[in-house]
Amino acid sequence: MEPAVTSGARIGDRPRPKKNYLNETKGFKSWALTVDHKRIGIMYLVGTLFAFLLGGIFALLVRLTLLTPAHKLFGLQVTAETYNRFFTLHGAIMVFLFIIPSIPGSLTNFVLPLMLGAKDVAFPRLNLASLYLWIVGAIMAITSMIVGAVDTGWTFYTPYSTTTSGTVTLMTAAVFVLGFSSIFTGLNFIATVHKLRAPGMGWFDMPLFVWGMYSTAVIQVLATPVLGITLVLLMLERVFQIGIFDSRIGGDPVLFQHFFWFYSHPAVYIMILPGMAIISELIPTFSRKTIFGYRAIAYASVSLALVSFIVWGHHMFVAGQSQLATVVFSALTFLVAIPSGVKVFNWLTTMYQGNISLETPMLYAISFLMLFAIGGLTGIFLGTLSTDVHLTDTYFVVAHFHYVMMGSTVTAFIGGLHYWWPKMTGRMPSEKWGRIAAVLWFIGFNATFLPQFILGSRGMPRRYYNYLDQFQPLHAFSTVGSWIIGLSLFMTAAYLLASLRKPADAPDNPWGGTTMEWQTSSPPITHNFEDQPVLEHEPYDYRPKAVAH
Amino acid sequence: MDWLRAWMMPPQGSEFAKEIDFIYMALFWLSVVLFFMIAIPSVYFAWRYRYKPGRVTPHQTHNTTLEVLWSVLPLILCIGIFFWGLNGWMKYAVAPGEAMEISVTAKQWLWQFEYPDGSRTINDIHVPVNKPVKFTMTSEDVLHDFFVPDMRVKHDIIPGRYTQVWFTPNVLGEHNFTCAEYCGKDHSGMKGKLTVDNDADFAKWMETGGTEWEDYFNGKDPKKTPADWGKITYERVGCNSCHTVDGSKSKGPSWKGVFGSMVELNNGTSVLADENYIRESMMNPQAKVVKGFDPIMPTFQGLLKPNQANGLVAYIESLK
Amino acid sequence: MEQQFDTSKLGMWLFIVTEILLFGGLFVGFGLMQNRYPREFIEAHEHLKQELFGRPFPLYGAINTIVLLVSSWTMVMGVNAAQTDQKKKTVRYLVLTILLACVFLVIKYVEYSHKFADHLLPGMFYGHQAEDLIKGTHGYATFFAFYFMMTGLHGIHVLVGIGLLSWLAMRARRGDFTSEYYTPVDLVGLYWHVVDMIWIYLFPLYYLIS
Repeated sequence: MEPAVTSGARIGDRPRPKKNYLNETKGFKSWALTVDHKRIGIMYLVGTLFAFLLGGIFALLVRLTLLTPAHKLFGLQVTAETYNRFFTLHGAIMVFLFIIPSIPGSLTNFVLPLMLGAKDVAFPRLNLASLYLWIVGAIMAITSMIVGAVDTGWTFYTPYSTTTSGTVTLMTAAVFVLGFSSIFTGLNFIATVHKLRAPGMGWFDMPLFVWGMYSTAVIQVLATPVLGITLVLLMLERVFQIGIFDSRIGGDPVLFQHFFWFYSHPAVYIMILPGMAIISELIPTFSRKTIFGYRAIAYASVSLALVSFIVWGHHMFVAGQSQLATVVFSALTFLVAIPSGVKVFNWLTTMYQGNISLETPMLYAISFLMLFAIGGLTGIFLGTLSTDVHLTDTYFVVAHFHYVMMGSTVTAFIGGLHYWWPKMTGRMPSEKWGRIAAVLWFIGFNATFLPQFILGSRGMPRRYYNYLDQFQPLHAFSTVGSWIIGLSLFMTAAYLLASLRKPADAPDNPWGGTTMEWQTSSPPITHNFEDQPVLEHEPYDYRPKAVAH
Repeated sequence: MDWLRAWMMPPQGSEFAKEIDFIYMALFWLSVVLFFMIAIPSVYFAWRYRYKPGRVTPHQTHNTTLEVLWSVLPLILCIGIFFWGLNGWMKYAVAPGEAMEISVTAKQWLWQFEYPDGSRTINDIHVPVNKPVKFTMTSEDVLHDFFVPDMRVKHDIIPGRYTQVWFTPNVLGEHNFTCAEYCGKDHSGMKGKLTVDNDADFAKWMETGGTEWEDYFNGKDPKKTPADWGKITYERVGCNSCHTVDGSKSKGPSWKGVFGSMVELNNGTSVLADENYIRESMMNPQAKVVKGFDPIMPTFQGLLKPNQANGLVAYIESLK
Repeated sequence: MEQQFDTSKLGMWLFIVTEILLFGGLFVGFGLMQNRYPREFIEAHEHLKQELFGRPFPLYGAINTIVLLVSSWTMVMGVNAAQTDQKKKTVRYLVLTILLACVFLVIKYVEYSHKFADHLLPGMFYGHQAEDLIKGTHGYATFFAFYFMMTGLHGIHVLVGIGLLSWLAMRARRGDFTSEYYTPVDLVGLYWHVVDMIWIYLFPLYYLIS
């Protein structure tokens, strides 16, 4: 099953352009001051992958510490305070420096204008500003780690976060800055989708990747400012004791949780929608079949974005909110399961009677279907009031969110990275190593996180440094799983980087995709298309006369 | 399949735990079925429709019937599950009126419990079997959470407010409870033991008034002596509202220097203030009233546990 | 050109939505706290009033409201002038808007100094803890914390607005704006109207509750 064209082929008889966006201009300034969305996307990719590495190291440290009750790391004793910092930094880096910014900033930045047949995003300089804000936020966050570190958990619950020592203020300021990076990116994408589509491309002719990213952008613009003000209030409470979240001075700790989750629940949809958007591209391409239920998937994306704003209280069923609120939030939470289910069924039906090849991106896409299924189904346990009382604040929740954030979003991210790698770099990555890494990823991920469901249902709370002896075998299993994940990611990094040593002669359309980015060279020229492309066919049209190569 | 439930869930400490486990296992099997309904096609289709060059795929853009079906059916399922969960939760949400109330004060990083009769204990509680018990909880500092896995109950504990959990244990023996809301350094050390006793054992335990006092009498901590326990009791049961310890005048005689001295009574006689005198004063205060004071002291018969009385004696003795 | 103008305007509206949500959080917080301490909030807001003909009246607040409303009008006139190639008028109206904004900030400064003198400061600087302890409430301190946070955040936005308007005025003098291209004037105008509108909500909330 080797349908991917591996080198040379160009659309029509156009010669390969000598200059592309990578080599047309050279030097530090040409990158630092660029307004080319493709270069900005590459820089975001490098930055967010570095954050992924850093967050991943903390994850490995967490799991290593939990390997045995002795809490020794390479012979050194890990104290409770150190462990508390490990899990806080793992969470904060992963959420704010990696998952939220990565797909929008890197893959979407690169691919969205190309998919729309546009020269760039609506506000190219704002795009660069977003990148700079990410960099500043990252520097602030890393500084806060070096100077004293934070041990509040990534959720910063008060009054612990307003009274503990540590560099909480600096870290929350960093997140505030990162929030604006996210807002500007979202703003940019909304304007781009509204205004810069190619002639002939109506809303329902756009790729579903665009629908997914548009929905993500809507959440970024609407939800992130609320995080901003929440963090400002947290900082003011910490520095000036304003008295809004600390009951000793007249405040309400539960109010913080309402403010925080009002952003953070939609935020998890900022994380999953881009992953789903990528899957909507991978499955039709590698099934060589039109996507089933285009409109349903488009509408599901938008409705997920909107419904995500009314379910935040499901993080607070035992937090002390009113009983009425608890009941209402549980009911609404079940609503949000339906659009996700519809998408999964539509993707599966797309594969039915397809013509499927299992290149690396498709292996990640199929992994996504299974891992997202587990993530989504375990959400039902947590949305159900009576079981949530037992399961909340335990490892069950940890397993659930890793299945959706990592098993789904990161899986899709790696699949998308592999898929668009030829377009971005002009090189085809190694299929052999890609497949081995994909299989290891699936095995390692399940080995790490499936046991954690059991740990949780058996009563192991989260953020725990100590645990009862009965939990040790499952913890050990989970830690070994984390090493397999590490191995897989290391392999992925290695083979992707190794591909850069090959000459940049990838085909325009190695996978046979139908979306517009495959109509231009790999890598693209700086202004994307030689002539303004015009859309001439329905989206994902694999009928023989319509296929463009 | 009970072994599976027993492996995945903690021991069942109450009827409520059994009900929760039932829902959990139902959701578990439902998830297994739904998972395979997704996983099997995804793998099967990849094999059955594997790539053949030149094969043309059908142009299936949508199928309204199918799409409506798989939107509506899951919705109905979800609504059903919601109501099932609501039903169980409503039972947990409100304690029955006859529940024994234990008040809980959580602080970094220990648990303080107080029984209706004033007995206090730290990290270690006993409750009677088959009787509902309600925990009314607050925090002295940051957020905590009272989680009793075997009873399947959990709720956050918030400073400045009171929150509640309740359960009716129906199995004798020991259960763990643990803090489930991150509260700082020793969050994972903040746990305790809940022992479910039969009525006789529980009554015996209540006699001694909790376990807090034990440390003061076992000599393990040089900083915790019976006299220290007496001082705590002095404040807790209200002796300090009438008796000072620095010699100053109040509604009752000061305790400073009393022990071992000769005390003049209001009938003109004098007695030695030895241990018997002290104990009699607590239990039968009208028997000997000190000169210059009114006979207003209430009796503490039945209100002081033996360890408390012993502590007070030791404390008074220490106030030279 | 028109596509660019439309796009920029869309971008600006999206940014405005984020500003509304940013302030929205504070408005919600204020509402919840007012619900918790209704009596204290009413009593505390009396401190925002001044003596006028022997009766308490939110004089500074009212003047500031009028100042901002007029500045919105001068802003509209400025956008209109830019749209119709009237360079001198554009500059004039922009400068007027800046002056009015400065008046707003000066009056705010006067208000704040009165609060400082009375020790009615936010958070840990609040100078009446002892009295509040006797009354057993944090309500007054909370009111002033919110007062400073919200008027402070608003004031920062006014300051940023002055910066933007100054930049516009300089560009207008240079002749950058014509009927063909007046986008920045239009967009900053939008921003300025939002700043005004936020004050229109702030003013009754803080100065007129009863």
